[in-house]
Amino acid sequence: MSTALETPDRRTAEFRTRHPHVNYLNANYGIKSWLLTVDHKRIGLLYLFGVTFFFLLGGVYAGAIRLELMTPAGDLVQSATYNKLFTQHGILMIFFFLIPSIPATLGNFLIPLMIGAKDLAFPKINLLSWYIYMLGAGITFYALLTGGIDTGWTFYVPYSTAFSNTYVVAAGLGIFIAGFSSILTGLNFIVTIHTMRAPGMTWFRLPLFVWAHYATSLIMILGTPVIAITILLVALERLAHIGLFDPRLGGDPVLFQHLFWFYSHPAVYIMILPSMGVISEIVATFSRKNIFGYTFVAFSSIAIAVFGFLVWGHHMFTSSQSVYAGMIFSIISYAVAIPSAVKVFNWTATMYKGSISYDTPMLYAFAFIGLFVIGGMTGLFLAALGLDVHVHDTYFVVAHFHYVMVGGALMGYLGGMHYWWPKISGRMYPEGWARFASLVIFVGFNLTFFPQFLLGYMGMPRRYHAYPVDAPVWQVLHVMSTAGASVLGIGLLIPGIYFIWSMRYGRFAPSNPWPSTGLEWRTASPPPTENFLVTPVVTWEAYEFRPIEEMRVVGPGDAPAQPVDGVQPKAITET
Amino acid sequence: MSSHTITAEHGEHAEHAAAHNALQHHFDNLEQQREATTLGMWVFIAQEVMFFGGLFLAYLVYRTRDPVAFAAASNHLNWKIGAFNTAVLIGSSLTMALAVWATQVGRSPKVQVFFLGLTVLLGATFLGVKAYEYHDKYVDGLIPVASLYHPDAHLIGQWAASGVSPQHAQMFFWLYFAMTGLHALHMIIGVGIITPIIIAAWRGRYGPEYHSPVELFGLYWHFVDIIWIFLFPLLYLLGAHFAGGH
Repeated sequence: MSTALETPDRRTAEFRTRHPHVNYLNANYGIKSWLLTVDHKRIGLLYLFGVTFFFLLGGVYAGAIRLELMTPAGDLVQSATYNKLFTQHGILMIFFFLIPSIPATLGNFLIPLMIGAKDLAFPKINLLSWYIYMLGAGITFYALLTGGIDTGWTFYVPYSTAFSNTYVVAAGLGIFIAGFSSILTGLNFIVTIHTMRAPGMTWFRLPLFVWAHYATSLIMILGTPVIAITILLVALERLAHIGLFDPRLGGDPVLFQHLFWFYSHPAVYIMILPSMGVISEIVATFSRKNIFGYTFVAFSSIAIAVFGFLVWGHHMFTSSQSVYAGMIFSIISYAVAIPSAVKVFNWTATMYKGSISYDTPMLYAFAFIGLFVIGGMTGLFLAALGLDVHVHDTYFVVAHFHYVMVGGALMGYLGGMHYWWPKISGRMYPEGWARFASLVIFVGFNLTFFPQFLLGYMGMPRRYHAYPVDAPVWQVLHVMSTAGASVLGIGLLIPGIYFIWSMRYGRFAPSNPWPSTGLEWRTASPPPTENFLVTPVVTWEAYEFRPIEEMRVVGPGDAPAQPVDGVQPKAITET
Repeated sequence: MSSHTITAEHGEHAEHAAAHNALQHHFDNLEQQREATTLGMWVFIAQEVMFFGGLFLAYLVYRTRDPVAFAAASNHLNWKIGAFNTAVLIGSSLTMALAVWATQVGRSPKVQVFFLGLTVLLGATFLGVKAYEYHDKYVDGLIPVASLYHPDAHLIGQWAASGVSPQHAQMFFWLYFAMTGLHALHMIIGVGIITPIIIAAWRGRYGPEYHSPVELFGLYWHFVDIIWIFLFPLLYLLGAHFAGGH
């Protein structure tokens, strides 16, 4: 384990010549070594590059939407352009940011490390999935640049098949292709978790991050093909005028909605489950306690994946669905709250009497829990048959899913990026700036989206570029929301800046900076190409935390003693 | 020595007695590699089921809505040709299973290539017959796309007798082409994949120790067959008048 040793003066040239640290970043150089890599860690970074780009682009569209809504009239854009703005914001954020964000970057990077494997089961398929993602994203990007698309991210027929004059087929083709990247990632994760675990790494010793990704992968595998065939049918209907969804030719538009939501509702759980996995890791580490009710949290991930497939009809309460179907979908939607609440209560119980430290990842975990509770509870409003008719297609829905997607998924993503950044880059980020940024993001987020609950409840419909002048409260709320979006935008840029800064100027990270118990912390930062110099043998349970002073001496679990932050082990009592 | 012991360092595999040149760097041994690739193929098949599932759902919805039209339209498929193709495909599944067996028990490359070649031949026969059927539909004006769809007056009259409009029959043909087309695409991809496998078999790559590519391809091939086993009765037989034909 010589490469895992650190001393405080690692930055000196003398030290670095004496202890050359070969890791996945400096193992070889050049564009080719990145574009042809089969190393899951490098592929994770390739994905990071891709999703960050599309996140920024999607953010630009969001900015334009918020600017337009500052005034009641269509000052900045008219409805045709506005339709493209919210469609493209949705498509980019959902298909090219949220769905691949945590699984394809952090999941790719961490799953083999966490289970003690050298790589994912199919490294070449993993690389292929990135190229498929980039190809799909590139085609959609081309469609957005050349003509745009205005159907809403939901592609509802018959508008998308018979009326829209925008680049529906090109954008759909991009999403169709990118879907296969998601399928391949899910396939790789499932097989890896089943067959590549290190000796002693039983299912119930797996970090909850891995459980969450297993559940996510199930959805990716079983849901994504359905949206693929649906988009294919929409494209064929548009190109060849076949009437599968066209009422004039005997088709049924509601069939499209069933097929679409059969994927797109579970897709919500593709976005939130990995984030929940991240929060489990962070809460345990920064409370220095075993997760309360490990098995419950593990199975709640699976339960969410299973329930997630049975609730798609709650998007269609007003779409001529039978009342009885609506009632059943409503009840099952309520049932999703159970495993979700299991997670929230268990995180809270984990913190109870823990020794909590307020490092940046933990701040994001706090934000996640609070915002997810609001997002989840308002989801119950929407699952109620009667209330849903009132708030259907209003800003209440917009606020609800942004609380889950941004307040939940994005907070988890940011928390995870901070938590594992030392492992990914080998450097520490500036803690002060990071705490400041998390505060700015939290304030900006709430200022942006809380007013939207009120707007929606008062009747402001979604997807409109203008609203009545004689409703002055609406404008006040919209201005608040726009102001919040500006704060949120600035807050999101700060981590981007200091992460890049830290790659060159950040303090060198020890192998286990927090310290935590997972296998990923028992190898060097950054890890060598094959992750571990010696295949680890796991003899301890997950999250076996000890008082921090003892951890510094003997290491977490039964691992051999490791110096932490330059403190040499004084006594090695167990190996 | 089990490679699961703590001393098994990376890069040491080359020295293992059991190390095989097909073993990839990130697996400990061939057994683990086989387990992983087999599970991978099963997971892939699961997603294929969902992919086809969308079309099967559409078929069920429209068939339930309009059973008379579907029966009338399905009568213009030739069930005898369909049955012949079913037999061909089941035959190819048999030869595929024999190919897997030949590699597992270590029969000579000639035997392996014989069975694999026969599989391709039967697959190609199926596709040829399918192309002939498609052509038939084209001649009859039953391709359900825009101006290609122009059933002659005789057919329209026949349908009208049972109260079926050409539009409703068109829905059947659209589903017929979508489902059998997607199935045929999978067959074509299969023929593409099996070619390098045949070359490798000819070079004696597969034996009792290492034969996963043949086995995995076999899984895929059987899956494509099973899709057809569902398609044949749904499209050709359900509600058809056997005396009629075409």
